[in-house]
Amino acid sequence: MTKRFNRRKFLLYGSATFGTSLLLKACGGSTPTTTSTPASPTATTSPVAATSTAATDAIKVGILHSLSGTMAISEKSVVDAEQLAIEEINKAGGLLGKQIQAVVEDGGSDWPTFAEKAKKLIEQDKVTTIFGCWTSASRKAVLPVFEEKKHMLWYPVQYEGQECSQNIFYTGAAPNQQIEPAVDWLLENKGKEFFLIGSDYVFPRTANTIIKAQLAAKGAKTVGEDYLPLGNTEVTAIITKIKQALPKGGVIFNTLNGDSNVAFFKQMQGAGLGPDKYPVMSVSIAEEEVKAIGVEYLKGHYAAWNYFQTVDTPENKKFVAAFKAKYGAERVTNDPMEAAYIMVYLWKQAVEKAKTTDIEAVRKAALGQTFAAPEGKVTLENNHHLSKFVRIGEVAEDGLFKIVYASKEAVKPIPWNQYVADTKGYACDWSDPAKGGKYKI
Amino acid sequence: MLAGLFDGIFNGISIGAVLLMSALGLAIVFGLMGVINMAHGELMMLGAYTTFVVQNGFKIIGGPLFEIYILFALPMAFLVAAAVGLILERGVIRYLYGRPLETLLATWGVSLILQQFVRSVSWVLVIEIALFCILFFGALWILSRRPDFERIRNWVIAVMLVLSGAISAVTGALLSQTFKLAVNKPWFGAQNVDVTAPKWLRGGLPLGDFQLPYARLFIMALTIICLVGIYLFLQRSVWGLRIRSVTQNRTMSACLGIPTQKVDALTFALGSGLAGVAGCAVSLLGSVGPNTGQNYIVDTFMVVVVGGVGKLVGSIVAAMAIGTLNYIIGSGTLALLLTPIPPLVDFFNFFATTSMAKVMVFALIIAFLQVRPAGIFPQKGRTVDA
Repeated sequence: MTKRFNRRKFLLYGSATFGTSLLLKACGGSTPTTTSTPASPTATTSPVAATSTAATDAIKVGILHSLSGTMAISEKSVVDAEQLAIEEINKAGGLLGKQIQAVVEDGGSDWPTFAEKAKKLIEQDKVTTIFGCWTSASRKAVLPVFEEKKHMLWYPVQYEGQECSQNIFYTGAAPNQQIEPAVDWLLENKGKEFFLIGSDYVFPRTANTIIKAQLAAKGAKTVGEDYLPLGNTEVTAIITKIKQALPKGGVIFNTLNGDSNVAFFKQMQGAGLGPDKYPVMSVSIAEEEVKAIGVEYLKGHYAAWNYFQTVDTPENKKFVAAFKAKYGAERVTNDPMEAAYIMVYLWKQAVEKAKTTDIEAVRKAALGQTFAAPEGKVTLENNHHLSKFVRIGEVAEDGLFKIVYASKEAVKPIPWNQYVADTKGYACDWSDPAKGGKYKI
Repeated sequence: MLAGLFDGIFNGISIGAVLLMSALGLAIVFGLMGVINMAHGELMMLGAYTTFVVQNGFKIIGGPLFEIYILFALPMAFLVAAAVGLILERGVIRYLYGRPLETLLATWGVSLILQQFVRSVSWVLVIEIALFCILFFGALWILSRRPDFERIRNWVIAVMLVLSGAISAVTGALLSQTFKLAVNKPWFGAQNVDVTAPKWLRGGLPLGDFQLPYARLFIMALTIICLVGIYLFLQRSVWGLRIRSVTQNRTMSACLGIPTQKVDALTFALGSGLAGVAGCAVSLLGSVGPNTGQNYIVDTFMVVVVGGVGKLVGSIVAAMAIGTLNYIIGSGTLALLLTPIPPLVDFFNFFATTSMAKVMVFALIIAFLQVRPAGIFPQKGRTVDA
């Protein structure tokens, strides 16, 4: 008898919990809508609203990032930057006399979901282009969809290279625009003995292959290498190895991602390895991450990017001010956000040049577009990558970066790495159909 | 050599202390009560977030008081996690005793809800939930005094659920329309938040060319204090006696007049509170974010299972053993010690990275559990069969 009663009661409370969670879900979903609708009446975030308010003279674009799951941490702010760019274009009169309407989809940090949502955006919403993805895994998952549909993806994040698709425009750094100059700078200024540490997945391993080849070519030494599983927060063993391999100090090249970074820097400081003897160069720590890790732990360490919030150009001042006005004064801008912001503008310029949103025409028109970006003047090269400025920053007291090195001019992208034997001597050129994605120079 | 050995022992124990600290709560909830609590990691996360909130509060006060915020954060973390644990036990788990599979699924669901909660919690959300609870449970309470309540009960629930849900949703929508960002803005957001240890916990105690991190020493001390506290509580207090008797023989205890339901709630709250303290402790070493709990959950279960479910001393030994093993394999110390035997050196060098060391430790644990399926200190006696 009691058991039956209990089950009943359980059902009751279970349904109450279910109801509450539905409520939570509804609220969670509604928050982005309410924050963006007042500012940009046409850029609706919910797909349902998008279909119901689809004006006949709006140009639809897709935004495909993770708004939930582990990657939401990073990707949410990229969506913010893209929506800012779209709103600015709409306010300035739109594109070809029409307003741009963004259809936002959530990839959920799950790579098959990315492919599914990309298909949905292309087939159902009939968007003219898609801005999206962060991790290399999500990009690789959607690539077949874009190739099959001959569609267009703009990808805003620094990545490991070794790819050059006709269907993707890469506006983040190729390795030669971030990792290689950072290694060169370290060799010149900080020492010749390197310890490589990274998360255990494709980007750090590929990046470290490149770094090792580069160090060998320059006569420097890799004294050790270690990988942490994603999310691991116990780094004592690695710190011991660093101390053994570099008893007198040396350079640490860090390609860790996510939570492990926090543990790494906190425990480095506890073990007494400071930036004076053990400077750490990171390639995935930007302004947002500094805020999350804590300035106290990072002060004096370095990061390599194309853009920092502290870049001193009029375009950047405008960008930072506009971003803060829209999303709050405590928000910061970072490299992937800037790349996301400029790719929307590059696409807009390409559409204006082509005078149509037809994908093939836009693809052709996009090559050679230049844009006065916050980081400086960038050009979309024939290999679908962007020529970008390279900068190295040192974490300062206020959590922003003090720029200690900046390249004098934009560095041309090299997607196929020249230090790695497999791809040495190959290049990519989509302006010439005979050459294509990978041809021998 | 001696310094190296000392270094190894210290580091091994310090890794073990973190493992033990995070597994202590689970050793009580899973070990004593037999509840597979997948939300244990999320209770740690709540403890870590409480630390973050307390830290920010003390930052506003400023001055020398800020340096001791951690001493206030610890009891706060305990209280918050214990309160959530209490709600969890009263609301979900008590209906699922003796059904481990359902408990596993339900607590896993709770862990997802908690994760999403800290991501999207904002004033609007809190107001909505509070309003919903007041309306729904208030209505139930008022109506339950009607004599024919049993008859109309299902109707009441169906109507009130929709009604109070709708009212709170509309209120929330209105609030967010009127006040916009002020109430809409998430408290924490999906980003990790920054918990900075006070100055006296950030450096390390120099010993020759080697430094003992203060944060690690602090965690070791905290672990010892918690252990002693639990031991005294379980062995020397009235409620501790009741907890032990209920875990040994529930029916008999009930016959003797021990309020078993209260004991269950108390035990679960105690375990959850310890998880909160652990969350506060690990925030000194690792990240604080919605995923923090997931980083620890596997390790904590590993410690409890290897140690032997139901024995606190088993968890202690297991945590120290796993910590030390992880360290000496991962740091290559084992390979160094075996230098005279070349083939073994190559073998252990292969495993001398953090991810491979984990693989090796898990392989050893699997092998160990083949020999002793009940862990290092298996529980004996009649309770095992019950």
